[in-house]
Amino acid sequence: MTKLARDLLFPLIAVVAAFIVGAILILLVGDNPITAYRLLLGSALSWPDGIGYVLFYATPLIFTGLAVLVGFRCGLFNIGAEGQLYIAAFATAWVGIKFANLSPWLLIPFCCLAAILAGAVWGGIPGVLKAKFGSHEVINTIMLNFIAIMLASYFTQYHYKVPGDPILESAEIGAGAHIPHLGKFIPGFPERIPLNVAFILALLCCLLVYLFLWRTKWGYEIRATGSNPFAAEYGGISIRKQIILAMAVSGALAGMVGINEVLGHRHRYYDGFSDNYGFTGIAVALLGRNHPVGVILAALLFAALQHGGIYVDGFSQNVTKDIVQVLQGIIILFVAAEGFFKWLLRRRTSLERLRA
Amino acid sequence: MLELRQITKRFGDVLANDHVDIVVKPGTIHAIVGENGAGKSTAMRIAYGFYTADSGEIVVDGQVRDIKSPHDAIALGIGMVHQHFMLVETMTVAENIVLGAEPGTNLALDLKSAGAQIRQLSEEFKLAVNPNEPIEHLSVGQQQRVELLKALYRHARLLILDEPTAVLTPLEVEEFFVILRRMREQGKTVIIITHKLSEVLAISDEVTVMRDGKVVGRVQTKETNAAELARLMVGREVLLRVEKSDPEVGKPQLELKNFSVTDLFGTKRVNDVTFEVRSGEIVGIAGVEGNGQTELIEAIAGLVDLARMTGVMNFEGRDLTAMGARVRRELGIAHIPEDRHRRGLLLDFTLAENSILGVHYRPPIAALAGGVFIDENAVQRRASEIIENFDVRPRNAALPARALSGGNQQKLIIGREYSVQPKLLLVSQPTRGVDIGAIEFIHRQLVGLRDAGCAILLVSAELEEVTSLSDRLLVIHEGRIAGEVDPKVATLEEIGLLMTRGH
Repeated sequence: MTKLARDLLFPLIAVVAAFIVGAILILLVGDNPITAYRLLLGSALSWPDGIGYVLFYATPLIFTGLAVLVGFRCGLFNIGAEGQLYIAAFATAWVGIKFANLSPWLLIPFCCLAAILAGAVWGGIPGVLKAKFGSHEVINTIMLNFIAIMLASYFTQYHYKVPGDPILESAEIGAGAHIPHLGKFIPGFPERIPLNVAFILALLCCLLVYLFLWRTKWGYEIRATGSNPFAAEYGGISIRKQIILAMAVSGALAGMVGINEVLGHRHRYYDGFSDNYGFTGIAVALLGRNHPVGVILAALLFAALQHGGIYVDGFSQNVTKDIVQVLQGIIILFVAAEGFFKWLLRRRTSLERLRA
Repeated sequence: MLELRQITKRFGDVLANDHVDIVVKPGTIHAIVGENGAGKSTAMRIAYGFYTADSGEIVVDGQVRDIKSPHDAIALGIGMVHQHFMLVETMTVAENIVLGAEPGTNLALDLKSAGAQIRQLSEEFKLAVNPNEPIEHLSVGQQQRVELLKALYRHARLLILDEPTAVLTPLEVEEFFVILRRMREQGKTVIIITHKLSEVLAISDEVTVMRDGKVVGRVQTKETNAAELARLMVGREVLLRVEKSDPEVGKPQLELKNFSVTDLFGTKRVNDVTFEVRSGEIVGIAGVEGNGQTELIEAIAGLVDLARMTGVMNFEGRDLTAMGARVRRELGIAHIPEDRHRRGLLLDFTLAENSILGVHYRPPIAALAGGVFIDENAVQRRASEIIENFDVRPRNAALPARALSGGNQQKLIIGREYSVQPKLLLVSQPTRGVDIGAIEFIHRQLVGLRDAGCAILLVSAELEEVTSLSDRLLVIHEGRIAGEVDPKVATLEEIGLLMTRGH
């Protein structure tokens, strides 16, 4: 078997197995799984709305999937993409409101920079804490999620809301900060679909992350640290620096969700906008085998599920869109099961030895 | 007692055992020797029911037997002690011995009667251990006795020992041989898998030599010698002694003065050592493992926190202590670590990627776009140079390092460290788990580097290796230099005594 086939095999098995288990669950609640799956996936391939929305939903998932991937490659588990993208989206909106009158040529880069920097800082904090004090990044990123979400809410509520607006959202960013929907460039693709330039940026980031991790000396050092920190240290690599760097890059990637959300979609900071993008990013990275190409494929799958969930809700009797969460959960269980099966095999042999 | 007839076993593409015939006579000590991967462990694991043979039969006491699992083997009186002990650290000796064969009813564990039985066995075979001691308090040698008792407790009449002396100090090896002879006197049969020829000659009655999955020789120990066994094992003439001229010693490269390393718990692992290594000489450090060698080497390599070191450490007259590992490498200090899986290699990385570890950040490797991008061609060139010059097999730079045998992994590391033309080379356990053929090669490379003017600090648990390679020999005990001896005249007993007593 070629390496590529091997890499594709387990994710495929995981997805198929998840759909089988899902079908059983749908039968148990008294619905027809074929109808449900047709609703769930059938709509995703329709042109232009199905495809347009799936790509739009995939955009943040590609960013967060890449974010988690960079962390994983350094041996770090960034559960904080959710907080990083919230803080970054808020920072993006803040720049877009504060400097609303700048020309687009300056304002858009500034806003993007704000998203990237805010994410990098928010991701970098747990990196520094781990490097300096050895405190675990999982705990710290979870904690920082709460802080980020609450902070952004607070500032929106008390400082950046339009007076009288019943919705918890900021004022609108300057028109110069808007980035165009792709409908503007593609004939026959309606502009009302929110798929925007950030999607192209997401694909570009996949390429950049690939080049960064596998072609630069910094990527080599990050991967070496993730693969075997003791050998990396032996090779003259500062593990502390790699931890901080990887967490900052990870945070920056998560932060770029803000570009899609604020510059490309709502044009303001909207409280609670993220549909768990940061957490789904973990699933995307795992299913995508921590490879940028895998991340694109996995993000498309999860986006299609997210999109189809709305239809399931509307047209089936007993199944709700929660089936999407269930399927995602089962997929992850099966992806994680690869390690579990290997562990089981090892354990069996070592148990045999112990009994002997 | 035991006979393997035409045993064949295939793992994927590899023919691990190719029509292997082994005859072990009752009441003898039978040695099975061969290089790593020769198939000796596979054959014994088949006899013990770990693997089932693809074809061939196993004869025990004259009867063909079907051994499907270790349980079957134990029932037939065959016991096996693995290279890595299978003991539960927190449990007592008695508990470990009865584990899996607990006396008493299903509900009540009768440890008292087990204790009595264990005492009787240890008396009979002179295997002194306290049944109530937890394993974690025992030395490696004592743990091995527990493993032997475990097999005897299960009424083993034939004991298969896989590399039993690998973990023992010279004195422990002597004691261990006494135990083996005692077992033979009591009518037990012993099979010992090893690649140390001196031990084969010292303890065994008969020898079976294996190479590439085949039996290539069966000899009476009395009628053979080390050179013949080595030739059978490798398939060509092998130089067992290192040939080297007198050193041409230059100026001191590495100087340590009252140097100490403390561990995380405040214990001094290296205690007030003072010595120097001059260019053109190999300074050996002999000692029982865990007496501070690891900490000493890692401190010189720059892998120990500054706060844990005191004293003077100079390289070419410059203070090293505050410098990081990268700066030390740039100054010309190379390091062949003792644990190649933990320190020396990125096992999931390819050989090519491993070949640049330590130089990956500077030209000619990181040369494109202002030194940010890694030049894939330069990586390939470097990898194939190392693979070529150091005979790393298989010759495929795209393989993950994990796929290589221990000896080839070691050759890759040595090639990588040599290719920076070091002024000081730190070498730890250079031939651990390495085939005889590769050992010869590695030794010649070390001497060659010395003759080119490099200063070499060598740590090895193999006394013969460290005495034959070193120009000067320091003995370390509990972190202190217990003495310096002339490796040309000192006897192994003399060194062994310094290693264990300290004076």
